[in-house]
Amino acid sequence: MTNYLLFIALPYASLAVFLVGSIYRYINRGFSVSSISSQFLEGRKLFWGSQPFHWGLFVLFFGHLIAFLFPRAVIAWNGQPVRLLILEITAFSFGLCALLGLILLVNRRLTSRRVQMVTSKMDIVVFIVLLTQIISGLLVAYHNRWGSSWFAAFLTPYLRSIFVFNPQIDAVASVNSLSLQIHIVSAFSLIAIIPFTRFIHFLVYPIDYVWRSYQQVIWNWNRKNIRTSRSHSEGHRSLNN
Amino acid sequence: MDIRSQISMVFHLDKCIGCHTCSIACKNIWTDRKGAEYMWWNNVETKPGTGYPTKWEDQEIYKGGWEKDGDSVSLKGAGKLRGLKNIFHNPHMPVLDDYYEPWTYKYQDLFTAPEGDDQPTARPVSLVTGEQMDVQAGPNWDDDLGGSKDYARQDVNMKALSSAEQEAMFQLERMTFQYLPRICNHCLNPACVASCPSGALYKRGEDGIVLINQERCRAWRMCVTACPYKKSYYNWHTGKSEKCVLCYPRLESGQAPACFHSCVGRIRYLGVLLYDADKIEKAASAPDDQLVDAHLDIYLDPFDPEVIKQAKANGIADSTIEAAQKSPVYKFVKVWKLALPLHPEFRTLPNLFYVPALLPTMATVANGVYDTTSKSLWNGVESNRLPMKYLASLFSAGNTSKIVEVMKRLMAVRLHRRGLTVGDLNSAEISTAMNEVQMNGDTADAIFRLTALATFDERFVIPPAHREESIEMLENTADVKGNTGFGFKERPARGL
Repeated sequence: MTNYLLFIALPYASLAVFLVGSIYRYINRGFSVSSISSQFLEGRKLFWGSQPFHWGLFVLFFGHLIAFLFPRAVIAWNGQPVRLLILEITAFSFGLCALLGLILLVNRRLTSRRVQMVTSKMDIVVFIVLLTQIISGLLVAYHNRWGSSWFAAFLTPYLRSIFVFNPQIDAVASVNSLSLQIHIVSAFSLIAIIPFTRFIHFLVYPIDYVWRSYQQVIWNWNRKNIRTSRSHSEGHRSLNN
Repeated sequence: MDIRSQISMVFHLDKCIGCHTCSIACKNIWTDRKGAEYMWWNNVETKPGTGYPTKWEDQEIYKGGWEKDGDSVSLKGAGKLRGLKNIFHNPHMPVLDDYYEPWTYKYQDLFTAPEGDDQPTARPVSLVTGEQMDVQAGPNWDDDLGGSKDYARQDVNMKALSSAEQEAMFQLERMTFQYLPRICNHCLNPACVASCPSGALYKRGEDGIVLINQERCRAWRMCVTACPYKKSYYNWHTGKSEKCVLCYPRLESGQAPACFHSCVGRIRYLGVLLYDADKIEKAASAPDDQLVDAHLDIYLDPFDPEVIKQAKANGIADSTIEAAQKSPVYKFVKVWKLALPLHPEFRTLPNLFYVPALLPTMATVANGVYDTTSKSLWNGVESNRLPMKYLASLFSAGNTSKIVEVMKRLMAVRLHRRGLTVGDLNSAEISTAMNEVQMNGDTADAIFRLTALATFDERFVIPPAHREESIEMLENTADVKGNTGFGFKERPARGL
């Protein structure tokens, strides 16, 4: 019963909350969609925390994504022990980076008086979920070797079954690893709280900056398209309004 | 030719009395809010001095603005690759202490303090943390300290001077200062817009005002770094950047921006300039010594029939073209060539121009006597109290001939008017000065008039925003024809 709750009900509930909540917040509460950086109040400690934390998570996120999308490729790569070791050690070090960064960030938030002024309750929730997530992940990687290989056998089928609305939880439920179960549960909890926390900022990572032109000029309306008596029903409505 | 119109500005520094009324007007309207207390969209600095935020002009520290990159320009401290790389921590961003920690006083203590031997005092408390603090700096902490060691001598523009020239400048009898009021320049090549990863910053097509869309700002903070004038500020409370909006709600209703309106010395002028947007990249990437000329070359003659034709074809309203023809900025910048941009070497093509101040008489000290008599009136331009190299570092990217030319023109106007009103100069001296800058009496009189006697409407020529048409921005009025005004909530029907 607990397994059904944790591995079927929770994932669907969190994904639904995530989708509906994020879209609602983006459309109706656009002003609140921000990374609400506190670098302006404290910059030096932020560097040592934020850089390893974000780059660590960045690599881990894509690592998980690749393992989910292309499990065969990952297993093929792991065919040789050296390559397996390289992959596992790299992933583990980025995990440690993220953990170290996060600890420094927690410390900064607790010790800097100025940063405390812009700390909300949800920031504490974010810290707790992230700490759980990263520590449980590191424990799984350490105790249940080698995750990059068994991921394909246990987690990929489970995650895929979730997304095709035919949940198969036998594989994950059979794994006798508390840390892995915590890792899964906290992962879905993390997804669920995205719309209610500053996590929202990773959804608006400004990747479109890469192909945008540097200068932006916006006309309230296009004066060349001013409606005349002959074309009064056609009009140009600018995106800005 | 891609003609656009730009609301642009001239500040006449000779008239600035450093009263900070502009700053207060702006503060009261726009930045008297939590998170914005430290922001001064309009501030007045003392030059020489370190300014606000401290040493903002030093792009070795803050990496603002553009730098020449082959035939074009690239952002110095931001840009696509750098911006996305530094998004988790922006290494060149000024922090609160580079501005100052805003504070208030515990005034209640004056009333509630128990009776005692001492006077009750109102201790300063931080507006960020609410705790008691020792005030270390403020927005104008270098105010009037033209000779000070910590401020004036730390002025970034001192790099343009040799140490001997600096020492000469700080001799007691030479010591001087002038004021430099600053607002957002609403640049033609804004570095803040280019640096914003989420595309929240934009330039308004109709009038060129640069704005931040608060709904799209995601606190990536790149604009704070990229603006070389440090006129984009981060609101630590809302997690959004904010900047001078040139009081666009006032402009749209035909009123001058608050800082302009309230200016006690009447130093501020506002008007339209027409410019050719196709020339922006070329002008921004001109070599240093040609920067000012290339920049001013972008602005077009609003009386030229070809310009008018192209402007109309580009959808610029007749009323805007008319405003451009009456623009005091056009006169100061293009016709009379009296105003220069601030730090053109940042290559953002700013639209705020400064008429430099002709400083007071240069005195000499001999045998312990302070002597203010001189051979010629005001002792000529080159022996100005502030060295020409210093002014060139501020207003002409180090091109001294440019600033000398402007000073000579200003001096010619003074000599001409002195000849008319006091009449104690010999006419040869006046005509030599006038001929040197090829100025005639009528021009000098016109400059005098607009400088000293101009009325409100001559100083601020604001083009109509055509609000009568603004409804059409939001909806197609033809669709709702007959639906507005008195209507029916229920369909009228006869009988039951």
